[in-house]
Amino acid sequence: MSELRPDLAIIADHVAPASRVLDVGCGDGELMDVLRAKGCDARGIEIDPANVSHAVGRGLSVVQGDADTDLVNYPDNAFDYAILSQTLQTARAPDKVLTELMRIGRHAFVSFPNFAYWRVRLSLAWGGRMPVTPALPVSWYETQNIHQLTIDDFRAFVKERGLTVEQAWFLTGSRRRGEAAANLRAEHAVFLLRR
Amino acid sequence: MTDDSRFGLARSVTLAGPLRLDGGARLAPVEIAYETYGTLDADGSNAILICHALTGDQHVASTHPRTGKAGWWTRMVGAGKPIDPARHFIVCANVLGSCLGSSGPATVDPATGTPFAMRFPVITIRDMVRAQALLLDHLGIGTLAAAVGGSMGGMQVLQWAATYPDRVRSAVVIAGAARHSAQNIAFHEVGRQAIMADPKWRSGDYYADGDPPAAGLAVARMAAHITYLSEAGLTEKFGRRLQKRPGREDGAKSFGFDADFQIESYLRHQGISFVDRFDANSYLYITRAMDYFDLAEEHGGLLATAFAGSKKTRFCLVSFDTDWLYPTAESRAIVHALNAAGAPVSFMELSSPFGHDAFLLDVPELNRVIDGFLRAGEGI
Repeated sequence: MSELRPDLAIIADHVAPASRVLDVGCGDGELMDVLRAKGCDARGIEIDPANVSHAVGRGLSVVQGDADTDLVNYPDNAFDYAILSQTLQTARAPDKVLTELMRIGRHAFVSFPNFAYWRVRLSLAWGGRMPVTPALPVSWYETQNIHQLTIDDFRAFVKERGLTVEQAWFLTGSRRRGEAAANLRAEHAVFLLRR
Repeated sequence: MTDDSRFGLARSVTLAGPLRLDGGARLAPVEIAYETYGTLDADGSNAILICHALTGDQHVASTHPRTGKAGWWTRMVGAGKPIDPARHFIVCANVLGSCLGSSGPATVDPATGTPFAMRFPVITIRDMVRAQALLLDHLGIGTLAAAVGGSMGGMQVLQWAATYPDRVRSAVVIAGAARHSAQNIAFHEVGRQAIMADPKWRSGDYYADGDPPAAGLAVARMAAHITYLSEAGLTEKFGRRLQKRPGREDGAKSFGFDADFQIESYLRHQGISFVDRFDANSYLYITRAMDYFDLAEEHGGLLATAFAGSKKTRFCLVSFDTDWLYPTAESRAIVHALNAAGAPVSFMELSSPFGHDAFLLDVPELNRVIDGFLRAGEGI
């Protein structure tokens, strides 16, 4: 469990045991594996075939699919938690994905890289270049992050949609940051939302 | 258990029945030819039913009695394979309507003393599955650890999950569909018409003379075989290459109607070798059963309803990207229905150049996925 990515570790710690969970963009299923050990009924959606194969091979219920198109097929309130980790910024229509997420799950965990992190700002403001950082490791032309956002963007969006933030966590690398000036100081954010 | 005469290769059983068929008829007795591999656990928990495709048979991992070829799924079934006799008790039965020993049109009608031919009742995929359930009862198997099948075998697995949800813990559906599309039905009708247009078919009563409608059945097989492959696969294997001729290694056009192209020769071979091992009337009956298959139709048009009782069954669906006969969209429709029903489901589209036939061929990724899925169900 210690090897879990920091945002996933936070999510894993805060999902109630034995709950029903949908992990959207579940990768090779590392979070699902931990949740399964907590007695959760975990299901996953993943777009990359190699990841799906790996996850199914370890006995997880993972469906090859696309968050942008396949969430509509899940019934309302099908899950206690819907999880979207490091995937929101890769969606073609993040607003629609989030709407579907809140329809399917009673709660939703959303984690994303913060584009207002000071290193990112520095790179853009002083270097005049699109940032390449540990959280955003890929050049502009090959990044999957087609809808970059900041913590404050997300807060505004959540408010506008009338959603409630139950809890939020801010991270730089694996270190927790306080809420103060998180939009400047945090590299990542994890939000727990409800309708 | 090993000396139990019910278990082993080349078995058959005559069950009293009657088996009530979807078409309204009652079939009695019911003959089922089958094979088992491995040993049934004391608690009967390690049984896997393998459902075969249209022209398949019970010889899943044993030598075929007519062709002398190895079993049709030795890539998946055998020592060290995902389905392993060392761990599993494997059952594979010839489907109802077929011609390798189970009741079908070639079976002698006890009422008349002659083969049923076209007087055999039209059957459905559900009828095949009900017959398999009777066989499991006979073998003393209550719940299956898994039902596994590709193509029409996958249809049977879906039907198993819908009809006997409590008897299937894990369901593996490879290159399957929950219904036959207009295109699927169209191809089958071409095959059936080819058989019925052969003067030797004689309305199905050809058994006495030993002179079956081989030409018609061969054409049916040729047309069907094209649908099992992919354009890219055919191009890679044959392209426009010509048959070798004496003195001409690279071939030459005959300016006639011999099999000039390698693909022509290949298809003719497929057709001719098929008639040695398959019965034309069985081909009519089984293609008809597949055409009638529409799992949603049986449940008010909503596929999710078909799986309402299957919440405890784990599903694994696999499709192939070059399969245009049972394309990925068909598998996705099933996945969506299973999600709506709340059943645990895994799904992936594998990449293979082999089209629909990929499920029978060497696709290591398929074995890896099935192996992991089955082991997880067994708690290994």
